Amino acid sequence: MAEQVSDAAPAKQVQQLERVVIRFAGDSGDGMQLTGDRFTSETAQLGNDISTLPNFPAEIRAPAGTLPGVSSFQVHFADYDILTPGDSPNVLVAMNPAALKANVADLPPGADIIVNTDEFTKRNLIKVGYAVSPLEDGSLARFRVHPVALTSMTVGALADLDVSKKDAERAKNMFALGLVSWMYSRPHESTLRFLERKFAKRPELVAANIAAFKAGWNFGETTETFTVRYEVKPAKMAAGTYRNITGNAALALGLVAAGVRAQLPVFLGAYPITPASDILHELSKHKRLGVTTMQAEDEIAAVAAAVGAAYGGALAVTTTSGPGVALKGESISLAIALELPLVIVDVQRAGPSTGMPTKTEQADLNMALYGRHGEAPLAVIAPKSPSDCFHAAIEAARIALTYRTPVILLSDNYVANGSEPWLLPEVGDLPDLRVEFATEPNGEDGRFLPYLRDPETMARPWAVPGTPGLEHRIGGLEKADRTGDISYDPANHDFMVRTRAARIDGIPVPDVEVDDPDGDASVLVLGWGSTYGPIGAACRRLRQRNLPIAQAHLRHIAPLPANLGEVLRRYDRVVIPEMNLGQLAHVIRAKYLVDALPYNQVRGLPFTATELANMLEDVVKNG
Amino acid sequence: MAEATIPLKLTAKDFKSDQEVRWCPGCGDYAILAAVQQFMPELNIPRENIVFVSGIGCSSRFPYYMNTYGMHSIHGRAPAIATGLSVSRPDLSVWVVTGDGDALSIGGNHLIHALRRNVNLKILLFNNRIYGLTKGQYSPTSELGKITKSTPTGSADSPFNPLSLALGAEATFVARTIDSDRKHLQSVLRAAAEHDGSAFIEIYQNCNIFNDGAFELLKDPGTKDDHLIRLEHGQPITFGAQGQFCVVHPAGGFGLSVRETASVAPEDVLVHDATVDDPAYAFALSRLSGSDLGTTPIGVFRSVRRESYDTLVQEQLATAKAGATGTPEEMLSGLLASGDTWTIL
Ligand code: SF4
Repeated sequence: MAEQVSDAAPAKQVQQLERVVIRFAGDSGDGMQLTGDRFTSETAQLGNDISTLPNFPAEIRAPAGTLPGVSSFQVHFADYDILTPGDSPNVLVAMNPAALKANVADLPPGADIIVNTDEFTKRNLIKVGYAVSPLEDGSLARFRVHPVALTSMTVGALADLDVSKKDAERAKNMFALGLVSWMYSRPHESTLRFLERKFAKRPELVAANIAAFKAGWNFGETTETFTVRYEVKPAKMAAGTYRNITGNAALALGLVAAGVRAQLPVFLGAYPITPASDILHELSKHKRLGVTTMQAEDEIAAVAAAVGAAYGGALAVTTTSGPGVALKGESISLAIALELPLVIVDVQRAGPSTGMPTKTEQADLNMALYGRHGEAPLAVIAPKSPSDCFHAAIEAARIALTYRTPVILLSDNYVANGSEPWLLPEVGDLPDLRVEFATEPNGEDGRFLPYLRDPETMARPWAVPGTPGLEHRIGGLEKADRTGDISYDPANHDFMVRTRAARIDGIPVPDVEVDDPDGDASVLVLGWGSTYGPIGAACRRLRQRNLPIAQAHLRHIAPLPANLGEVLRRYDRVVIPEMNLGQLAHVIRAKYLVDALPYNQVRGLPFTATELANMLEDVVKNG
Repeated sequence: MAEATIPLKLTAKDFKSDQEVRWCPGCGDYAILAAVQQFMPELNIPRENIVFVSGIGCSSRFPYYMNTYGMHSIHGRAPAIATGLSVSRPDLSVWVVTGDGDALSIGGNHLIHALRRNVNLKILLFNNRIYGLTKGQYSPTSELGKITKSTPTGSADSPFNPLSLALGAEATFVARTIDSDRKHLQSVLRAAAEHDGSAFIEIYQNCNIFNDGAFELLKDPGTKDDHLIRLEHGQPITFGAQGQFCVVHPAGGFGLSVRETASVAPEDVLVHDATVDDPAYAFALSRLSGSDLGTTPIGVFRSVRRESYDTLVQEQLATAKAGATGTPEEMLSGLLASGDTWTIL
């Protein structure tokens, strides 16, 4: 067994590529997410721009070798800045027949397929409905198939090591990673270090996984099967320190950062739910920065506890997905009536009901905007990419704290689990979110008026328990203006309803920017949230075909930017792609009387740049 | 609970807010409010450090009438809201006021979880065995067969015994008292205030509009002695005008029974011990009274020590902070840059 990774590749031809999309696919138990993560990390070290997309089954362990059990991880890397995880893979690593069957339709002709031939047994083929092995019936003729006996070669490479056959077989994902790392000339030191850390308690597994990785690498190096090795040069990226980050991790860090910048303790009330639980997991690690997390008994308690913490003066947050927001509605209404700061994170997933918990969708916009009884306005914002979740979380906290209002942050499964390089910000450059609690009575003759507003922000005083002289009672019943006393007065209710609406409408948000490089576009494509990447990539393709197109993307959906109406009217046609049945389009049409063209898809998957480009090309050419 | 060392010299009047009290004339809530306002100065806690949180229902108007901090929240959620407040503000004395519908029906889940966590809340459940605010439907403590607006032919649901429920959740402090017995009510409040962790108090409260006289058996001078069992820690459990009844633990049975004292050897009369760690004892006590109130214990059933949720959470925060070095900004910078990073020049 070769002990060293050989870096010299004299016999192999080296080809330069601008970009590559690789999809690792296997059984849920094959470690594909880990393999993809490691490849991503190696690629980040090299300085490529990256975008990743995991795709895993909702079942923790579906039956082995079946189509529902297939888990995959796609990574797109390039020598320029990229916006999406890529439409179709150039390379598919298929660890079993199910992985091949589930993914082969996504491959363009000429794609490389690395298959683990050991798993192509009669039994496994039958399990997924292959009568004849696709490796033998010519059905893969349009691809470059590399049959590799991944499992047996891994076991062979580990023969001298003191590991069980089962552990040896389990290391086959590292063999695959070694091979693909060789093919794309990735640096491997970080993976070796990672394996040492991961298996620190079991040195025999460190040795086994490292040996498997090296065997895969050296197999690429020596075998005739692989004649070409590829390189993708580093991308030109802004100077600074980067890390690769998922949307959920970035969102959690954004909340921690908001707490530090507000000098307030962060309180998270949450109930486990896919795909938001990782935010709870991450935040539970940051107690030393003053973060308290409470795993509540249900979604309602999670938000209710956050309301209680907000009343006590914390930066209060609740994180969930659509079904949880549905349950939280009444408590969010209470926070609206109490005019307390509260950040509600909705990591959207496909609905209705349980829907498809691990698949993405943008169909909670209506619920965020309108999903409460009575006139219950709040602010809504959405991140556009994984790393943007960090800044969107800070922005949500800023609005909540400054304007004393609940804010719904609409992430989704696509940005939450996708990853990209993140240019680390300077902490000192992040917004200053400090707030002033009320300390003194604000009314005549020393009375405290809990609903006397700041004329600029329309925020009421945040008078937290423990402040002498400001003892007061608030609640969900309608309150009289200024005093906050219970009031059933018709004129007062009308005034308060309008005031609550006006204070959300009056939150100043940045103007929407338009990307129209030559200023000659007549079609504007307007998006919000996670569609930013695919829309941007589609616009680039149109421009490469000399078809002008303008792109605008909304971060703030409530309130909408003040210049949006004027922007929309500048263009002959406005197209709104969404992963729902046209929810933003309805808002735009109703508010601006603009005949916007909705383009909708609800397949649980992000748009591909190709389909958007084709659609937009048609609109640009044919109106 | 934080206690000021200097006497604050507050009076009941200091705890009266400027809001007009709007319960029906004759409602038992008035007596409870007066008892609580009169008791509050004993706590010697500044008013600004006291918070009353309530849900929805007649009883939940309570915070408006207390000149402390207060929140009249939404139906059933007061224990959850109060949990968030208490755990993030351990310096406060947080009280929850709720009713049988609020706490046991729509908010049942929050109540049992607050109790199992042992959040440092003092929970006052006004049990009037009826929905008052919505004008007279049966509640989860109404007797089986109760005829109300929503059950013209009698309810088909068996009621909860609130104390059994709280004890099933292993509440560390469980007590029962009666609206009209101010002295007893205040003695229970006192014990609850001294308890670190969740204190659950069921208060039998008369709704004179929709369920008048529900607890008359325990209030009428002519009947109460034969039906009301006053629990006192360390004392034999006897009742009746001459102590002619007692509570025993019969051999071979799971529960407790009532006997004529004369028929029982003195050493077999059960001596009340609220500190028994096994909730089964207090549970057995709670089972002595059914819907008919025939033999109803009042007083402190259980008072045991268990670290409160608030304390455990604060300890974890303190431990994490003790190990931290640098300013929050420096720690945040370090946190953002953790994991595999790379630098582009
Ligand atoms: S309805 Fe009953 S409980 Fe409610 S205020 Fe009137 S008497 Fe009291």
